[in-house]
Amino acid sequence: MNRFDYSRAASVAEAVAAAARPGAAYLAAGTNLLDLMKGAVVTPGHLVDITRLPGLDRIEPSGDGGVRIGALVRNSDLAHDRDFARAYPAVAEALLSGASAQLRNAATVGGNLMQRTRCPYFYDTASPCNKRTPGAGCAAIGGATRLHAVAGWSEHCIATHPSDFCVPLAALDAIVEIEGPGGARTVPLADFHLLPGDTPERESVLAPGELIVALRLPPEAAGFSAHARYLKVRDRTSYAFAVVSAAAMLRLDGGRIADGRLALGGLALKPWRVKAAEAALMGRAPGPEVFKEAAEAALAEAKPSGEANAFKVELARRIVVRALTLAAAGTPERLPALPASPFAASSFAPGAAHG
Amino acid sequence: MSIPLRLTVNGEPRDLILEDPRVTLLDALRERLHLTGSKKGCDRGQCGACTVLVDGRRINACLALAVSLDGAEITTIEGLAARDGGLHPVQAAFIAHDGFQCGFCTPGQIMSAVGLIREGQAGDDPERIREGMSGNLCRCGAYAGILEAVRDASSDMQREEAA
Ligand SMILES: Cc1cc2nc3c(=O)[nH]c(=O)nc-3n(C[C@H](O)[C@H](O)[C@H](O)COP(=O)(O)OP(=O)(O)OC[C@H]3O[C@@H](n4cnc5c(N)ncnc54)[C@H](O)[C@@H]3O)c2cc1C
Ligand code: SF4
Repeated sequence: MNRFDYSRAASVAEAVAAAARPGAAYLAAGTNLLDLMKGAVVTPGHLVDITRLPGLDRIEPSGDGGVRIGALVRNSDLAHDRDFARAYPAVAEALLSGASAQLRNAATVGGNLMQRTRCPYFYDTASPCNKRTPGAGCAAIGGATRLHAVAGWSEHCIATHPSDFCVPLAALDAIVEIEGPGGARTVPLADFHLLPGDTPERESVLAPGELIVALRLPPEAAGFSAHARYLKVRDRTSYAFAVVSAAAMLRLDGGRIADGRLALGGLALKPWRVKAAEAALMGRAPGPEVFKEAAEAALAEAKPSGEANAFKVELARRIVVRALTLAAAGTPERLPALPASPFAASSFAPGAAHG
Repeated sequence: MSIPLRLTVNGEPRDLILEDPRVTLLDALRERLHLTGSKKGCDRGQCGACTVLVDGRRINACLALAVSLDGAEITTIEGLAARDGGLHPVQAAFIAHDGFQCGFCTPGQIMSAVGLIREGQAGDDPERIREGMSGNLCRCGAYAGILEAVRDASSDMQREEAA
């Protein structure tokens, strides 16, 4: 690890002021930041510890009928909060499908949003990477790309965003509350992460020194609680990042889909909300044909960034159909033993077989 | 820069002066306090060998800065047995069920199991225990024994609590 100065912020204002120093980074639990620092992938000269900031560890009603989640709420505490998990079961399932119990006990909401890509070339400081060193080139292109993007990528970067949590959040129109040198502002989560374009080093809309203080879910988000699932295909049964994942949520009314939400993980450098697929669901009776149409719409613009990841497009289509089928069957009373796993016994809903 | 730090480790207050903030909780325990039970496997949060309890919750000690945890209560494998040497029910169950072979991952497995049982999410459901323990790798593949040990200890501890 590089040498750095350390300071512990006692207030948001103090944190923002300290982070204005060039080369400063916020330290939450450190489960991503310290990992990257150990590999010299990032080398901040100053760490501003935000873990003692008062008031950011609460889950509370947001006044408008939604919920407000402080940036320091631990991933496991959010997933196991009874009221939260009942109202937003797909969010809880996504959280519990990520990392391990130890990591979830430490990891914070803000840190989860801000975690960096898992592109192996980004981690390997001997490889050129435009994210690490703008203009250096991208070692992934033409390299081992099995887990790289099939949507939203550019010729400068083909990485994906690794967060599970962000996928259902994008589907539910979550809002990010930010404080910074220029004051407070809010940004929809769907606009928070940036696609690589020709500036892959810019990963979110946060300006230097800006701090995530909370996340809000609007009142409508709880309307999907009866039919909400997250499904995640991994290279091993548990404790692995998504190859492809999907958050599917339905609001059913009189046997028809009154509202549907769909977002995909593992496809792009941001959680991939697919509104065209949601539109295909509206007003229809749930069933395999409709779900297949939605899956086609969801992946219509997908494009592999390498031969090795072409399989992800078809895999994503099938995961969409499966996730929608499971959502239509209803949120299980208790989360399955293997959250989000397509192999869990409880994931085999009637009609879930591939067509 | 010298940074004073107080941790309560296995019930005893320990004062440390760090000359550098880079020290992880794992290095503080092993190198400064000479509590080498917590193991350094991958040092990157992937294997679970460094699992300890911080304020009662299991975390990976390798991915936490010691300075950030100033004031925390830490429990390591060294603090699990009773003062008279009597084994903790999870330790006893690992022996009874052969929950290890080489032993390197065992302190982390045991601390993780203690955390899992406290969290109360898994009960004695084998699938939930396996999932809850998935942050602890065992390269000898002693998983079958580990599962049985955790199930057994879990019901023992529940019975004790009920009594
Ligand atoms: C072995 C392993 C497996 C994992 N598997 C998964 C997985 O399957 N799915 C998944 O989704 N995640 C996975 N993760 C990633 C994990 O979710 C993140 O490491 C964690 O969420 C980061 O949170 P943190 O509090 O530790 O953040 P930190 O490491 O402290 O910070 C991460 C980044 O966010 C910035 N930051 C933190 N808080 C704020 C804030 N409030 N405002 C602005 N910036 C901030 C930091 O400056 C830093 O750049 C895995 C991690 C490991 C080590
Ligand atoms: S894909 Fe992106 S993160 Fe990976 S090497 Fe290329 S530029 Fe870097």
